[in-house]
Amino acid sequence: MAVSDTTNPERKATRERAAEYLLRRHRFQPAEALPWLIAIAVYFIFPDRMTFGSQVVVMVMFALSLDLILGYAGIVTLGHAAFFGIGAYTVGLGAARLGWTEPISGLFAAGLVAAIFGFLTGWFLLRYRGLTLLMLTLATAIMLQEAGNLRSDFSGGYDGLPGLEFKPLFGVFGYDLYGRTNYIYALVVLAVVFYVVRRIVYSPFGQALTGIRENVRRMHAIGSPVHWRLVTVYTIAAGTAGVAGALFTQTNAYVTLTVFDFDNSAKVMVMLILGGTGRLYGAFVGAVVYMVLEDHLSKLSPTFWQFGIGLMLVLAVLFARRGLLGLIEDMGPHFSSKRGKP
Amino acid sequence: MTAALEVHGFNKNFGALPVTRDVNLTLERGARHALIGPNGAGKTTLVNLITGVLKPSSGSVLLNGQDITAVSQSDRARRGLARTFQINQLFRGLSVLENLGLAIAERDGHSNNMWRAVGSNRAVLDEALDHLESLRLVDDALKLVRELPYGRQRLVEIAIALAQKPRVLLLDEPAAGVPSSESHLILDVVASLDPDIAILIIEHDMDVVFRFAKQITVLVQGAVLVEGPPNEIMNNEQVKAVYLGQEGHHGGGHG
Repeated sequence: MAVSDTTNPERKATRERAAEYLLRRHRFQPAEALPWLIAIAVYFIFPDRMTFGSQVVVMVMFALSLDLILGYAGIVTLGHAAFFGIGAYTVGLGAARLGWTEPISGLFAAGLVAAIFGFLTGWFLLRYRGLTLLMLTLATAIMLQEAGNLRSDFSGGYDGLPGLEFKPLFGVFGYDLYGRTNYIYALVVLAVVFYVVRRIVYSPFGQALTGIRENVRRMHAIGSPVHWRLVTVYTIAAGTAGVAGALFTQTNAYVTLTVFDFDNSAKVMVMLILGGTGRLYGAFVGAVVYMVLEDHLSKLSPTFWQFGIGLMLVLAVLFARRGLLGLIEDMGPHFSSKRGKP
Repeated sequence: MTAALEVHGFNKNFGALPVTRDVNLTLERGARHALIGPNGAGKTTLVNLITGVLKPSSGSVLLNGQDITAVSQSDRARRGLARTFQINQLFRGLSVLENLGLAIAERDGHSNNMWRAVGSNRAVLDEALDHLESLRLVDDALKLVRELPYGRQRLVEIAIALAQKPRVLLLDEPAAGVPSSESHLILDVVASLDPDIAILIIEHDMDVVFRFAKQITVLVQGAVLVEGPPNEIMNNEQVKAVYLGQEGHHGGGHG
């Protein structure tokens, strides 16, 4: 067999095409600039809504971390808020009890603590699948919440740790009343996190995660250490969620035990599914649409706003099974001038 | 010379039901061994026991002389034990190229890399395309597996196993579900596999079995009825009665 003989021009071209096919996804596309340009535009168009803007950015990051395990590895959990909460409380308690108020090192510490917790729980829990895993991850988050409640003298309980103060960024950029610094800060952190996540999902490791989602039996059969792969991605996702939680505390200067709520785990999953799983930007679309809708509806009707969210979910499940981005993808060919084959 | 694969006294019960009973099996290096038997004889169960999907109730299995009874399924695969599935187990949402690339990357440990782009490793890419060329699948390399006709998917099933560079290959009805007009394509591939690989094939088509196999094991109700070269099996009265008779009734069913 004359393997790897690439002197034949036709074979060489085939190989170039194949490499191009795989590498194309890895390279940044012009369209990917769009969400970032919008985020920057928002800074200038809504200068008085920057606190809300920071919250949206934090939720995008949180949803992005869930996408790693749900969208890529295909593992459904209901306790992702545990890691968000750990990150939030790492910087919260650090500032309130230890006087650790430097924000950047706080982010790293939060990510690290959440990742360690993710590794330990993942090692035990990821042997299970389906409903068992749902219940166990849910229980983990609730146990953390109750532990915080038990020691409310230390954690601040459901009254929270109010009035936290953090040092200015790099000792220079202080916090303003409108949260503009916070918004830029959160956005920059999101950009860094997004770059890392993006590299991971298009790496051989990310491909192996996709393999686990597509066919776990085959992954075992080709010799993949499936449990180890899952624990690894779970740890990374936990760390990322921890950073999001830390940003949440820093930008709000406030944190309560509600960050561990089942509501928080469920909400981030809804956002991700709404935007589209396993496609990176689904987290952006889902979190933004959900948060903006929630914001408007709750102003419109403080008592019944959840009806609107529910209606949107029903519509999404009926007409956009693969999320809003999936819907746009499906509609693409109908508007394309070429028609026929996409 | 140590055998490529040895199975000693395998037993397996599903509850009170014995599905594998005291099975012994030896595959020499480069063996061409067929496993036949009526539907429900426990052929696929035996493959699952050998590959570690199932744990035997008792007995042991040796790969190249090393006891792998306690070794995990994926560890066995990394040590050179590959299989194909009776019903396709493919990464349907990925391209054919990626299906092979995954197997190669996992084999060589590239899958631990979180930073490099998939496709930037030319060695993996070239090897995947070499395999596809030798199976005449290269024109489908960039198509998604789920878009291929079933017969082509069966070839991908074999291609993935070959990309693992196995020493021992277990083929569970490689041509199952493929129309007979196309099955020769798959069986030609099977016939031309590397003579160094020890192969155990489960197959219902007796013409294929007698042409391909140098050694045949007949499994009935979980136990080995008889083992021997094709001419012996062909003329064995017990086999005729138990297996070939039934085969006449059902005509190539899938068990």
